[in-house]
Amino acid sequence: MSNPTYKWIGTRPNRPDGADKVTGRARFGADFNMPGQLIGKVLRSPHAHALIRSIDTSAAEALPGVKSVVTAKDFPDQPNVIVPTGEMQVNLRDITRNVMAREKVLYEGHAVAAVAATTEAVAREALRLIKVDYEILPHVIDVEAAMKDDAPVLHDHLITEGVKPPPEKASNIAKRMDNVKGDVEAGFRNADVIVERSYVTAPVHQGYIEPHAALASAAEDGQVQIWSTTQGHFQVRGFCSRLLNIETSQIRVTPSEIGGGFGGKTVVYLEPVAVRLSQKTGKPVKMVMSREEVFRASGPAPGGTVKVKIGAKRDGRIVAGECTVALQAGAFPGSPLGPACWTSFACYDIDNIKVVGFDVVSNRPKVAAYRAPGAPISAWGVESTLDILAQELGMDPIDLRLKNAAKKGTKTSYGPTFDTIGFVETLEAVKNSAHYKSPVKPGMARGVAAGFWFNVGADSSAAAHVAEDGTVTVISGNPDIGGSRASLALMAAEELGVDYDKVRPVIADTSSIGFNFVTGGSRVTFATGLAVVNSVKDMIRELKVRAAKTWKVDPEAVVWENGYARPAGSNVGEFEPLSLADLAASAGRTGGPINGHAQLNAQGAGPGFGVHVVDLAVDRDTGIVTIDRYTAAQDVGTAIHPSYVEGQLQGGVVQGIGWALNEEYIYNSKGRLDNAGFLDYRMPVASDLPMIETILVEVRNPHHPYGVRGVGEVPIVPPLAAVGNAVARASGVRMTELPMSPPRLS
Amino acid sequence: MAKTHVSTTINGEPVEFLCDASQTMLDVLRDQLGLTGSKEGCGSGDCGACSVTLDNRLVCSCLILAPEADGHHIQTIEGMAQGDQLHPLQKKFVELAALQCGICTPGFLVASKALLDRNPNPTETEVRYWLAGNLCRCTGYDKIIRAVMEVAADMREAAR
Repeated sequence: MSNPTYKWIGTRPNRPDGADKVTGRARFGADFNMPGQLIGKVLRSPHAHALIRSIDTSAAEALPGVKSVVTAKDFPDQPNVIVPTGEMQVNLRDITRNVMAREKVLYEGHAVAAVAATTEAVAREALRLIKVDYEILPHVIDVEAAMKDDAPVLHDHLITEGVKPPPEKASNIAKRMDNVKGDVEAGFRNADVIVERSYVTAPVHQGYIEPHAALASAAEDGQVQIWSTTQGHFQVRGFCSRLLNIETSQIRVTPSEIGGGFGGKTVVYLEPVAVRLSQKTGKPVKMVMSREEVFRASGPAPGGTVKVKIGAKRDGRIVAGECTVALQAGAFPGSPLGPACWTSFACYDIDNIKVVGFDVVSNRPKVAAYRAPGAPISAWGVESTLDILAQELGMDPIDLRLKNAAKKGTKTSYGPTFDTIGFVETLEAVKNSAHYKSPVKPGMARGVAAGFWFNVGADSSAAAHVAEDGTVTVISGNPDIGGSRASLALMAAEELGVDYDKVRPVIADTSSIGFNFVTGGSRVTFATGLAVVNSVKDMIRELKVRAAKTWKVDPEAVVWENGYARPAGSNVGEFEPLSLADLAASAGRTGGPINGHAQLNAQGAGPGFGVHVVDLAVDRDTGIVTIDRYTAAQDVGTAIHPSYVEGQLQGGVVQGIGWALNEEYIYNSKGRLDNAGFLDYRMPVASDLPMIETILVEVRNPHHPYGVRGVGEVPIVPPLAAVGNAVARASGVRMTELPMSPPRLS
Repeated sequence: MAKTHVSTTINGEPVEFLCDASQTMLDVLRDQLGLTGSKEGCGSGDCGACSVTLDNRLVCSCLILAPEADGHHIQTIEGMAQGDQLHPLQKKFVELAALQCGICTPGFLVASKALLDRNPNPTETEVRYWLAGNLCRCTGYDKIIRAVMEVAADMREAAR
């Protein structure tokens, strides 16, 4: 449980950027402008799959006000090299083709050309004047169809990885992954009950309300500045450097406030194009996607198929689990296949596990990370199947999970052995909750499901500065997507022993702080928090040196307590404690400015587990599902700012409810997306929902000084199956295809 | 084509601007008048991030043509705080963490104020339906609804 001696950690102060964000003052991606800027727009493919025979830009270039037109020939081709982008990986050869189509267009919405013009109206007119000669090819949208032998092949060079011997022929199956623990066949022979089912999920969009936006300014001396809305401005810098052959330190990226990302803003779409257009015109170029472009051209989460087989003894002990997952990668290889496979049975201590995964390309936008990428899809299969098992065994669904729960010492199917985790505590918290103990209302049914996410550590840098008056600035390099400034400032205040409002957290651009990996993987409060704590420790070390100089004693004779330097003992001498303000005032005489720095690759991110309960009703005439009550419990390590931790749970739950009930990409026979807007792509609204109750189970992560675990991703994992399990119990119909929308349920 | 001259009042101040007949009010607010607090999330009236009031009526500024503002009063998020005092809704949103990324927040605040201006005692269901035209992808709406309900209660208490 939470350490009661903390002064700041666990409190709920106002976020440092609160006033800016409730007054319209905060500047998001599209809110940046520069004098003399041009407006850039992208021409996108109307076809799902076509060869580009030629592109004629002459008429567009002749239009008054058009300053430049670029196509793939303006971007150097890239080698076949994989680079990480947060929780996903991309191939440089592919990403340059995703940014600007080269030989082929591979999905409707694929960028083919871009213009920079004096106004948006001129830019739009110029797009109409670009003539692209396409040779339309047969296309394939769905993952099962794309895996067939006679499917149209997207990439002639794509030979399935992970199969021995390698296939001789190119196909749409980019990769096969096998993940085995124990002997699954022997396990099933030993089972009293075996349940086997197949499931399908639709692709869904991250649905951030702020469209992608970037402003780039390339100067005549080769220096480039970029303002963009991104989860990782260092990644924007890295990608632009690689894709445009610009030395990395010549590029300075300033992150705007970010209007949601959920993984979808860990890759680049507009930035390299804006930079190229700016290089060619000598003017700043601003580019903003429309909502329609966001749907057609930015990364959704994959849809896929999941086959699950679980065998158990009569008493509920699971003896074998098998899962086969096939995920749509979109136009280029690289779905979140590993996480989908590895998380599938991670909640459970099972001796015999076999997981097989397939990464499959098809004529859809390249997928991007979406909150616990891949995990909700396999959990939908596994947790639904477990619910059927519980029904067949006549067991309470929480008891079934308790009987098989992973604990400290459980070896996962993908390798690591768990350290301290809180799955059992979380299951018990739900079992003892007011919600779970309450009777199910007439006409309603209750569903339960669990979920797991690894959480990530990785690279972070931070700095802490004492200002001349003794107040403190803490500098880090991760865009604040949901209140992380508050949690970083709380940890700094706690470590330093000063008030929260004396610490100002700042997010620096790529040239003003060392490298930071993306805001993703639920890593910021953990890893960047660790860097902030270490930078403050480094600053405290310096503060003690300055106090020692003031007192003419050894630095070891000084301690730092509650915001003051004090003598370590009475033998040191009689000295009045020195505050930050005192030490700042005398800094010029004791060695100059007082700063601290830290850089690290954070290890030991604590995995997180969630258990969700939902009560709902199904209207059998209309097929409408009404959520009556929802409780999400999660092992959150230490809740640094509990309101924002609750908010992560509530937000993840509602995204999961949307995934379960309504959200899907609808393609027509030509492979074009029919619902590229918020009216037809139906995300949950306030009137669809009840309050979302949360239970924060604080099982500390032993690898963080304040016990922090990542919390943001786990909560999207359980809702799909929790809702499905309740729907099955309410309607008597086990839904195996998402979304469980009114047309499917009525 | 000749520009249209528009005389309007924005956040209580007289404002004149020239615009194309096809320009939306949102584009003029953001690109010409520097009032970037109103956000474009969709451009089709589905997300509510560009919410403003036109003569006290809640509208999506992306669906209003700028010439339609002629002779009318527009209220945006920039006009919500009075001097250095945040509106109670603005304060409560920060206190209750009713925002995460903050992109939808201006629209929610404008819409919530429009609700409380006409219904000081809404039920939770009324708040949820009134705000159903505003999309938030981060919060699951829970803390937003709580904030609006609490402010309504506080304002009723203060008015007694």
